[in-house]
Amino acid sequence: MKHTVKVILGAAALGMAASAASAATLDDVKAKGFVQCGVNTALAGFSAPNDKGEWTGFDVDLCRAVAAAIFGDPTKVKFTPTNAKERFTALQSGEIDLLSRNTTWTLSRDTSLGFNFAGVNYYDGQGFMINAKKLPGVNSALQLSGASVCVQTGTTTELNLADYFKANNLEYNPVVFEKLEEVNAAYDAGRCDAYTTDQSGLYSIRLTLAAPDDHVVLPEIISKEPLGPAVRQGDDQWMDIVKWTLYAMVLAEEAGITQANVEEMKNSPNPDIKRILGQEADSKLGTDLGLNNDWVVNIIKGVGNYGESFERNIGQGSPLKIARGLNALWTKGGLQYAMPIR
Amino acid sequence: MQEHDLSYVRAEMVNAQAAPLGERGLVRWLRINLFATPADAIMTVIGIAILGLVLPPLVNWLFISAQWSGPDRSVCATVSQGGLQPDGWSGACWAFVNAKFEQFMVGRYTISERWRVWLVAIMFVALLVPLMIPRAPYKGLNAIMLFGIFPIVAFVLLVGGVLGLPYVETQLWGGLMVTLVLSFVGIAVSLPLGIVLALGRRSKLPVVKMVCVIFIEAIRGVPLVTVLFMASVMLPLFLPAGMTFDKFLRALIGVALFASAYMAEVIRGGLQAIPKGQYEGADSLGFSYWQKTGLIVLPQALKLVIPGIVNTFIGLFKDTSLVYIIGMFDLLGIVRQNFADAAWASAQTPMSGLVFSGFVFWLFCFGMSRYSMFMERRLDTGHK
Repeated sequence: MKHTVKVILGAAALGMAASAASAATLDDVKAKGFVQCGVNTALAGFSAPNDKGEWTGFDVDLCRAVAAAIFGDPTKVKFTPTNAKERFTALQSGEIDLLSRNTTWTLSRDTSLGFNFAGVNYYDGQGFMINAKKLPGVNSALQLSGASVCVQTGTTTELNLADYFKANNLEYNPVVFEKLEEVNAAYDAGRCDAYTTDQSGLYSIRLTLAAPDDHVVLPEIISKEPLGPAVRQGDDQWMDIVKWTLYAMVLAEEAGITQANVEEMKNSPNPDIKRILGQEADSKLGTDLGLNNDWVVNIIKGVGNYGESFERNIGQGSPLKIARGLNALWTKGGLQYAMPIR
Repeated sequence: MQEHDLSYVRAEMVNAQAAPLGERGLVRWLRINLFATPADAIMTVIGIAILGLVLPPLVNWLFISAQWSGPDRSVCATVSQGGLQPDGWSGACWAFVNAKFEQFMVGRYTISERWRVWLVAIMFVALLVPLMIPRAPYKGLNAIMLFGIFPIVAFVLLVGGVLGLPYVETQLWGGLMVTLVLSFVGIAVSLPLGIVLALGRRSKLPVVKMVCVIFIEAIRGVPLVTVLFMASVMLPLFLPAGMTFDKFLRALIGVALFASAYMAEVIRGGLQAIPKGQYEGADSLGFSYWQKTGLIVLPQALKLVIPGIVNTFIGLFKDTSLVYIIGMFDLLGIVRQNFADAAWASAQTPMSGLVFSGFVFWLFCFGMSRYSMFMERRLDTGHK
């Protein structure tokens, strides 16, 4: 039954993708004057409303960056809050132009759902958090033998947990709950030794605990959750724009171009920086993308480089204080590696 | 007879004595209400003990330790959580509700255009209150204003796009405003549509009857979540690519149809409770079907089912929270959404937000329930 539904949905999606392919998203976006971007309904640090009701967050910044690249104005974007079930139909049906909603890049989403992923803006993965006061000396998940682990039931998290402990010949007691709030409360009350969910989630949960500083997130990541922006298949130009917007933010961090110094960097003698910022004589890099040559300047002015956006929303500049980890630049031991703009 | 030897008879009445201590005042009240039997006494003591245990911490959390205003999470977090409060502090974070109050009321409605929402709210109250007070004059005009003209004015004001008012898309609507718009439209549509469906279901015309039965049973057979989900997720897949029509409108239609089916069954219950003699009496006076229904049957039937109707209204009011699953945010939805704002993440934020939204829902539901009791008493003309 579930399969039949999947097949029907897939077929419908393919039909949609085929019919949508003929229309160039960039032209549509330029005609209506804004980017329609699908974001999470609420995820701390990634997309959440602030006091004024404006969307803020790491995923939200990517939408603003795309708007800045196209229009030179990061505010020319409208947000559609989508939940886990709705997000794919929203993209397939053309309701949104771009899905920037902590969506894991998997083969089936890339193929049968008819999407293309334009890169990975956040490498996430399932991790563990423990109370360091209760379990002194534990600094690896491999030391958790015999521990009780709080986990939300019915999620892939629960399955990954079982796989991991089985593969490492460790014993554990799962303490399962239906609702996220219940898991949080049980862990805070000390009903289990460890808490497992996606690492980015662990950091935001830590904020709501009674004594956050007592809790540490262990370094092990037991599943791969590469999160990235998705677009409809069949419109290569649009995908290029989203992809290179993300790359441009990463490259800008690599080259030390920030929101504050982007104007002076325009006059930099460094040929690499000149090329990135479109300052080379008769540069065609931006126009080849279907944009202006100062598209990168606009992105950096609008939202800053990758590192700035990271630190502001989920890193040290935010209450979440997520470490860069896998999301550090490749030059600093992370995985963020952008293709060169040239 | 002479008045001799009657010295033992008193010449004047004895002054009335006060009732024994156990039969008056506070003591009597306590004895009758709280300590009538040993079992009652035990229950009372236990009850007071529970109240004594629960109330002080509750009052402390709600009012005394509560934080009423502040710029961000620091006022609602303890020092070890990175805030300002001493360790071990626990109190409601009303500062969170305070900072987000406008958002809880109108969602992400364009800030410079919010006066339009306030104006609609004032108009709504100004029209609704006199309609609810039985003594206020001009009932007919008032009703036409509220159910005929007000929806049009409210639509123009809220949506905009004409008369120089900037267009505010429904995607930006949220909070209490969405809750109220959904329930007002649901209530205003479901009552007349429910009456029509209920009459149709009792009709002698087979086609009319069949259509009504199928509609009612089909809608009552699926959960509201399914209706909303179909409208929001499946419908766009069946429409031609690029063609979308407003999600809020889809939710409105879904909620209104759903409530109508339930309302129809409530009203049918009232219709069935009217004795046959009433119908026959009307027939014998030579009334047409519509005269009979409008003048004799419906007024009695509707009065009988006021509790059921209000019950459906209250259920509908609370059901509007389900639009959360299609990415629209009613009061509860937008409160929960703001839990994700890292600037306000603290151990106290979720509970404070939920208590606030619970209180607002309770206010409205309790108000509806009290008003329905008032109407029942007022319309009670006997028969029972």
